[in-house]
Amino acid sequence: MTEPINTVCETCDHFNAAGLKKLGVDVSGCDYVVALSGNPNTGKSTVFNALTGLNQHTGNWPGKTVVRAEGAFSYDSARYKLVDLPGTYSLLSTSQDEEVARNFILFGKPDVTVIVVDASRLERNLNLVLQVLEITNRAVLCMNLMDEAHRHGISIDERTLSRDLGIPVVLTSARSNEGISELIQTIADVATKRIVCKPHKIKSGSSRIKKAVEELSKEIESVHPHLPNSRWIAIRLLEGDKRVIEALENNELAVAVI
Amino acid sequence: MIAEIDKSKKIIEKASELRWKVGSDFHDKLTESIYADASEIANRVVIKEKENRTDHFDRSLDRILTSKTFGFPIMILILSVILWLTIEGANYPSKMLAVLLLEMLYPLLKDAAIFISLPWWLDGLLIDGIYLAVAWVISVMLPPMAIFFPLFTLLEDFGYLPRVAFNLDDMFRRSGAHGKQALTMSMGWGCNAAGVIATRIIDSPRERLIAIITNNFSLCNGRWPTQILIATIFIGVLVPQSFSGLIATASVISIAMLGIGFTFWVSWGLSKTMLKGQVSTFALELPPYRPPRFWKTVYTSLIDRTIIVLWRAVLFAAPAGAVIWIISNVQVGDQSLANELIQWMNPFGLLIGLNGVILLAYIVAIPANEIVIPTILMLTVASVGMSGGAGDGVMFELESVTQTGEILKAGGWTLLTAINLMLFSLLHNPCSTTIYTIYKETNSKKWTTVATMLPVILGFVITFLVTQIWRILI
Repeated sequence: MTEPINTVCETCDHFNAAGLKKLGVDVSGCDYVVALSGNPNTGKSTVFNALTGLNQHTGNWPGKTVVRAEGAFSYDSARYKLVDLPGTYSLLSTSQDEEVARNFILFGKPDVTVIVVDASRLERNLNLVLQVLEITNRAVLCMNLMDEAHRHGISIDERTLSRDLGIPVVLTSARSNEGISELIQTIADVATKRIVCKPHKIKSGSSRIKKAVEELSKEIESVHPHLPNSRWIAIRLLEGDKRVIEALENNELAVAVI
Repeated sequence: MIAEIDKSKKIIEKASELRWKVGSDFHDKLTESIYADASEIANRVVIKEKENRTDHFDRSLDRILTSKTFGFPIMILILSVILWLTIEGANYPSKMLAVLLLEMLYPLLKDAAIFISLPWWLDGLLIDGIYLAVAWVISVMLPPMAIFFPLFTLLEDFGYLPRVAFNLDDMFRRSGAHGKQALTMSMGWGCNAAGVIATRIIDSPRERLIAIITNNFSLCNGRWPTQILIATIFIGVLVPQSFSGLIATASVISIAMLGIGFTFWVSWGLSKTMLKGQVSTFALELPPYRPPRFWKTVYTSLIDRTIIVLWRAVLFAAPAGAVIWIISNVQVGDQSLANELIQWMNPFGLLIGLNGVILLAYIVAIPANEIVIPTILMLTVASVGMSGGAGDGVMFELESVTQTGEILKAGGWTLLTAINLMLFSLLHNPCSTTIYTIYKETNSKKWTTVATMLPVILGFVITFLVTQIWRILI
């Protein structure tokens, strides 16, 4: 099948269409690792297929992907490995699919995390976005299902959103390949640090909590100075998250940031 | 390194110390502030026009599809239409494939074997065993799958499955199971191994185990064709030709519904005995309806599901064909090993309204349900000593479904055998792939054994009861 040109972006000088190659399942020798996270049923697998040229089965029901799928593409002579994570509503609880998603973002050290959200259900989806941004500071928001949102009379002020979240926002309709080239370009920009993110951090509620989190995260930073998520680790420690405590004991976090 | 670990220990100690200070409402406070931030940002960036027509359409459709009165009948109706199309549509291509693979290619291969003077045993093993088993699987399995899967996938892409889950949620909760089990059950209708993996969406270990153990009650890919074929041959013929498709469909639907029934009963039984506990609540999101992209869906479901499932069936059919040929040709005393085994199991088989051939076939077909019918046919031909080809363990040239029926009737089959086979196909051990998946997911020999043995025992009990009642009444 030939790829139809859907947006002006693909013909634009800034987008190097000739430099894009969908590599399918060949994930060998990749320069960057890109994680795909997001709520269930926001079209992660469709985005995954659009980026890798694979035909992962997609379905219109939440919870379709429970194991992670991997694929690859190459763009501008760099190879990107793409990991499709299970869709989750949060990263706080302990069900197995949430654990898989959380652990990959925390320990799998992806160079870029693409958070796929449903444009028509932004508020609910933002809960996960804010949690992901606590863990990583290199993320792209993929505002998917824009076609559906338009049909429902919803539009998004993506510039304000991008400013509020501190990460680039790309509008897509992955089913019809719209916005995928912009997404690829943006992933490349974040991976190569042409775009530097300043992610939004959650306000920590009461001053008592704020003080405890700050105190603890300073301690953590003294041991692991390069950790991007000391605040989040502190929060998890305060909640008594067994996996994170274990990671701290085994020094896994230090490995994860190098 | 050691210094770092020391420091880490101190941090953990400090954390437990601070945990007392931040108070028990820490988690709630945190969740609240996440929600507050999310809603603040969303309010700033989402621009919504007033409600429009698609919203309205979605909602009115949901009102019908998930209504208390119509929800369930509509579900049965939709499933019936899909099955009916499959039954009616699969017959013709099935015949064509059988003619091509069995009537045309098979003699050619036999001639070629003679031409290169292949030893008889190698010729038998390769062509009469492996080739015929594979050819049979393709001609029986491919047409129904190529119709059933795309139709089912279209339904899935449209967004109907979560509505099924919604309709069944209440019944699952009343059986002490998790509402999301409705989704894993629907996945099981495709493949039980996939259904078992899908139970990862259920958080509570207790409810997840219930979902895993009962997933086998969802008829899978490998079993739909068996059901369809037997229903067409034995039940469809009870009525005039013009109704036979409908009656066959109705009987397959009844088996599928019985499967749902067993899912509830066994879930209920487990949650009252081995797996006691509280039902957890959850929010089920009803996704918007999405018009499926027809050709793309058909294409991917053919490539993704049909070919993959068929390939798996072929992979398992080949060695099974070899095994059948060997046990049919190895002589023990004055008869073949297969006959020996069949006669040994026959008394028990007849007690539960089946026969030795069926039981042996289910043992040979543990790796894949797909090959049950081909195996039964090969063994039947071997055991009743029909001379259809080059000897024992050779499958017949089966031009049509009626001829399949002739063979089975020659093997002593009655309507009771057919009904019991349909029941036993629903209620028997999962295939080896599923058993292995269950072991990997539960990491427990105990629960793997329960999940494997429970359905077989149920199957024996049910077929036994049906047989006794049948024999009293008829």
